[in-house]
Amino acid sequence: MADPTVESPDAQETAAELDPAAQKNKQLLDLLYRLFGQDAFTDVEEPYGFLTVTTTRERIHGIVAGLQQDQELQLNFLTTMCGMHFPDRKDQELGMVYMLHSLVHNIRLRLKIFFPIGDPHVPTLTDLYSAANWMEREAFDFYGIIAVGHPNLIRILNVEDMDYHPMRKQYALEDGTREDKTDLFFGR
Amino acid sequence: MAVNDTLEGTRKIVEEAEEQRPNLHPLAPTVNDFNQELTTLNLGPTHPATHGIFQNILQMDGERIVSGVPTIGYIHRAFEKIAERRPFYQITPLTDRMNYCSSPINNMGWHMTVEKLLGVTVPKRAQYMRVILMELARITDHLICNGILGVDTGAFTGFLYLMDEREKVYEIYEEVSGARLTTNMGRVGGMERDFTPVAIQKLRAWLKSFPAVMREFEKMFNRNRIFMDRVVDVGGISAERALNYGFTGPNLRAAGVDYDVRVMNPYSSYQDFDFEIPVGTKGDTYDRFMVRNEEIWQSLRIIEQALENLPEGPYHADAPHFYLPPKQAVYQNMEALIYHFKIIMGEIDAPVGEVYHSVEGGNGELGFYLVSDGGRTPYRLHFRRPCFIYYQAYTEMVVGQTLSDAIVTLSSMNVIAGELDA
Repeated sequence: MADPTVESPDAQETAAELDPAAQKNKQLLDLLYRLFGQDAFTDVEEPYGFLTVTTTRERIHGIVAGLQQDQELQLNFLTTMCGMHFPDRKDQELGMVYMLHSLVHNIRLRLKIFFPIGDPHVPTLTDLYSAANWMEREAFDFYGIIAVGHPNLIRILNVEDMDYHPMRKQYALEDGTREDKTDLFFGR
Repeated sequence: MAVNDTLEGTRKIVEEAEEQRPNLHPLAPTVNDFNQELTTLNLGPTHPATHGIFQNILQMDGERIVSGVPTIGYIHRAFEKIAERRPFYQITPLTDRMNYCSSPINNMGWHMTVEKLLGVTVPKRAQYMRVILMELARITDHLICNGILGVDTGAFTGFLYLMDEREKVYEIYEEVSGARLTTNMGRVGGMERDFTPVAIQKLRAWLKSFPAVMREFEKMFNRNRIFMDRVVDVGGISAERALNYGFTGPNLRAAGVDYDVRVMNPYSSYQDFDFEIPVGTKGDTYDRFMVRNEEIWQSLRIIEQALENLPEGPYHADAPHFYLPPKQAVYQNMEALIYHFKIIMGEIDAPVGEVYHSVEGGNGELGFYLVSDGGRTPYRLHFRRPCFIYYQAYTEMVVGQTLSDAIVTLSSMNVIAGELDA
C-alpha cells in the first residue's frame, strides 16, 4: 500500500485506474495517439473530467472523420461546436471548439483549434455531420470563421447586411459613444 | 405537366431539378422552376402554426413541398454576448428566456454549471427540490407541445384541458419563486427559499388531480382515428439521420435511440429515482407525441418519489462567497453585509477553467459551455440549444410531404423560438 501523502507516479496511475471517468479518458487518449500520432495533439487537459486536446486546423477534419468511423469508442455524435476569440494570443486569436460524444460508451472529447484572425479558415464538417451546418454558420456569424467547403455559409442569427462579427472581443456590448452608459464599476 | 399527387412523382421532380440547379441566392427557393409550375409560399415569420417567429420559404407543387429554406434569428437577443458582461447570478434571467416553456430546467442547468466550476456541493434536499421543479417544467413543456399538436390537427378541446393543468403548475412555480413564466428560480448553491407549506399542498393536490386529466387527454388522442391519420408516418426521421443531425431529447428517443442525459450522466441525484425512458420506433410525429406523453407519466413518477423522500436539511449550500445571505442578516450581521456587497458588486473571483455541463431539457440536451478567465463574468459562454441543432433537419423531414403534414411536423418537434435564436 503506497503512502497517500507521497505523490508518486504509481499512486497517480492507481487513482486513475480506480476512477472510471479517468480510465475512459485514458483509453480515449490512447486511441487518439494510436490513430493520429502523439504529435498531433498539444495541451492535453482534463478540466472537470472532460478530456480536452488542442490540435491544428489541418488535422481537425481527419480526426473527426476518423473518430466517427472508429468502432472501438464510437465518438460519432457531434454535441456542439462554437467559436472563441482571444485577442491577446498572437497568431492564435480565433479558435473553434468541437465537442464529440460517444453515446455507446459515454465518453466525451473536446477538440480545440486556434488560428490567426487574419486567416480565419477552417475545414467544414458538414460532409460528416449535418448538424455542423448551422453551427458553422453561427461561428461565421459571430466570429467570422469561414468554414471552407460549407454549402451555404451566410449569417444565421444576425441580419444579412451586418458588416462585422459581433462576438469578437473588440466590439463592446453597449454603444461606445454613449456617455450615460459608462459604468466604471461594472463590466470589463 | 400535371400536378403530381404522388410522393414518388414529386421526388422525381426534385431530383431532376436539383441536377440542373445553378448558383442561386442562398435564400431563394432551392429548386429551379423553369416552367413556373411551382408556387412559392411564405410559412411565417408570423404564422399561427409556427408558434414562434421563424420563417420557411417553401416551394410547393400543388399541395406537396418540393423544397424549403428556413430563416431564423427573428428574436435573436445575443445572449452569449450579453453573458460576457454579466456576473454569474445575472445570467439566470437570460436562461429563462431560452426555452420559456420550461424555464426552471434552464435555470437549474445554469446553476449546476456554475456550481461545477466553483466546486460547490448542493445539499440533498436542494437537489430533490430541483428535481421536482425540473420535472414539473418537463411536464409543462410536453403539455404545451402535445396540446398544440392537437390544435394543429383540429382538436382544440385537449389543449384547453391541458392549459388548465399547466396553469396549476404555474401556480406552484409562483409559490416557489414568485414568478410564473420566466421563473429565475433557484440560486447558485441551492434554492432561494424552502418550499412553503402552501407549495407542498398545491403540489400534492395537483399530483392527485392531474393523472385523471392526462388519462382523459390520452383517451381522446392516442387511438383517435382522425388524429392517427394525420400524424402516423408523417415527418419521420431515421435514427441514423437523427443522430447525424444532432437530435437529442424526445425527438431522438422517438427515432429509437435511448439517449437521456438524466440516465447517462446523472445530475442533481437523478440516480436515486426509478423511471423509464420511453422510445419510439419510426421517429414520426405520432412517435414523438407518444414519447412525450409517456415522459409526462415518468416525470410524475419521479416527482412522487422525490416528494415522498424529500430529505430534511438545508436548502442551500454553505457557500457564502456566492450564495446571497438573507436580507435580514445583511442589516444585522457584519459578515453578511460584506458578502452581500461583494456578491452584488461582483468582487469575488471565480476559478479559471472551462466547464461543460448538460441537463435534459424539455427538448433535449441543454448544454452550457462556460470558459472562465477568473473574472466576475464568463469569458465565453456557449449555450448548446437543442432546438437550434435539430431544427436544421426540418427541411429534410418535410420535403415530399403536404403542407398540413409540415405543420404537424413542426408542431411535434416543439421548436421554441427563444431557444432557437437565443
